Amino acid sequence: MIRKRELTFWENLYLPEIFRGVYITSVHFFRNLGIHTAHRFGLMKDVQAGVTFQYPENPRPLAPRFRSRHRLTVREEGTPRCVGCMLCETVCPAKCITIVAGEHPDPNVEKYPVKFDIDLGVCVYCGYCVEVCPEDAIRMDTNILDVAAYTRDEMKLDIHELMDPKLRKATKKCDLKFPHKCSFHKEEMTGDWKQVYNKDRKQITEEGWKRLRELTSKGH
Amino acid sequence: MISVIAVKAGLAGAFILGFVLQLGGLHAWVERKQSALMQDRIGANRAYIRLPWKWAAPINWLLRPLNVLGLFHPVADAVKMFTKEDFIPANADRFLHTLAPFLSMFFALVAFAGIPFGDRLVLSGQVIDLQIAKIDIALLYVFAMMSLGVYGVILAGFSSKNNYAILGSLRASAQMISYEIALGISIIGLVMLYGTLDLQEMVRAQGRYLFGFLPMWGIFLQPVAFFVFMAAALAETKRIPFDLPEGESEIVGYFVEYSGMKFGIFFMVDFLETVLISCLLTTLFLGGWQVPFLSPSGFYFPWGGSVPVNNLVYALMGVGSFSLKVIFFCWLFMTIRWTLPRFRYDQLMKLGWKVLFPIALANVAVTALVMAVFFPKGW
Repeated sequence: MIRKRELTFWENLYLPEIFRGVYITSVHFFRNLGIHTAHRFGLMKDVQAGVTFQYPENPRPLAPRFRSRHRLTVREEGTPRCVGCMLCETVCPAKCITIVAGEHPDPNVEKYPVKFDIDLGVCVYCGYCVEVCPEDAIRMDTNILDVAAYTRDEMKLDIHELMDPKLRKATKKCDLKFPHKCSFHKEEMTGDWKQVYNKDRKQITEEGWKRLRELTSKGH
Repeated sequence: MISVIAVKAGLAGAFILGFVLQLGGLHAWVERKQSALMQDRIGANRAYIRLPWKWAAPINWLLRPLNVLGLFHPVADAVKMFTKEDFIPANADRFLHTLAPFLSMFFALVAFAGIPFGDRLVLSGQVIDLQIAKIDIALLYVFAMMSLGVYGVILAGFSSKNNYAILGSLRASAQMISYEIALGISIIGLVMLYGTLDLQEMVRAQGRYLFGFLPMWGIFLQPVAFFVFMAAALAETKRIPFDLPEGESEIVGYFVEYSGMKFGIFFMVDFLETVLISCLLTTLFLGGWQVPFLSPSGFYFPWGGSVPVNNLVYALMGVGSFSLKVIFFCWLFMTIRWTLPRFRYDQLMKLGWKVLFPIALANVAVTALVMAVFFPKGW
């Protein structure tokens, strides 16, 4: 509680206190005016005049633990680290994550996300999905804050944008190699595991390659 | 004769268009930038003009400082206000609703006619008074116009058929009437001292010196009146700390139902009134166009020595001195506006009636007594 203090006689005169206030603001005014002018001539660059940040050009420094827009971490060969365990979807209090899991050709990996959508219009940025993930597959370290869109659909991120934070808008062409449901291609399956493991087949065991062939023959 | 009238009309136009309206327009920019500097911010700097063609590079180079300073923001504001919808509420009185802003603007601008902004200018044998209208009772005239300005405010609130607007205009009328009394009485001491209501003559009378060196400006003769007048005049401009008629944060004020350029006019009138008050304070208390130790023939310093000055240069120095003083007061009012919080309504009335009014009255009595006792035969 703030206790109200009786004004002294000096303060009740108003004028001295007004002079004091005008003095304080004037000191700031002339100091900043001088520094700004000096900055224009390239002087006193180490003294800061305004304490504000010129936002789009110089964004505020963010804390390391700051929770910004999500991203899906990626394996060396360009597939998501996500194993489709559904823990994040389960823990999400806002229910903004939608995962459709598919079978991974690598026998060491059980599943992979055929579809991974986050509706940022619903997300509460609690960070539970990051904490719960056993594979370090989802992170909130893109430092993207300006999530804004003209429609609600544009707020929905699919696996393209989540895997590539540089991709700020819905993509027109699908360049993901592995089979996934592409919401910008009307939920059609695109990509092929063959494209992923063409160069470096050593990573896949014989058994895995066999299953991969089975999958591709089924039409994936 | 016709040429004299033409020159006078030209000077009047130059004063109103070139000085008053420019200063009023610049206030929109100064308000943003000065408040920014006072609060350690940078201020509006995003409105810019940059020509896309290659050959326009020199023009862009010239425009760059204006872009950096954000000087195109008032222009952007004006463009925005002119292109916005001019909305009149369904139940409002269409005629009065439209009339109110123009009435405010008219009286604010017309009052400048009585302000002397320079001494006589002699051009090819013709003597031209640097005052738009030579009125013997210029002081009363300016005050009358300032008082009539409240009509615009009252009509704006009254014709809008909006409770908040009416509340705002009620507050405005109560506040303006309360403070006009202190305003009027505070300058009676000056009128007694200089013995005239003609502002030009009043400024001339301030050209004399006290003890041989102190200019006989109103602020030195009537320091109490200066502060009372300044406080009351600030209340007249309806800006913080006396912005109860507007009360942006609670009732929005008498112009709540105005949009587009009509709102812009009210906005502008606020600034014009600030300029008017600055002009009046300069004229009454800071010696108007007087430059210390400058007489029509040149500088005469009290410590001896003199510098002769050309007549045209003398007139220009007077105008320059007047402008500088006005700009100083504009800066001071802007500083006060961004320094002080708003008065509560009861505090406002208490200050007007119980503090400023008695002080002004006492000032008149003391001045009269001093004049009667020490200078029974006048100065």
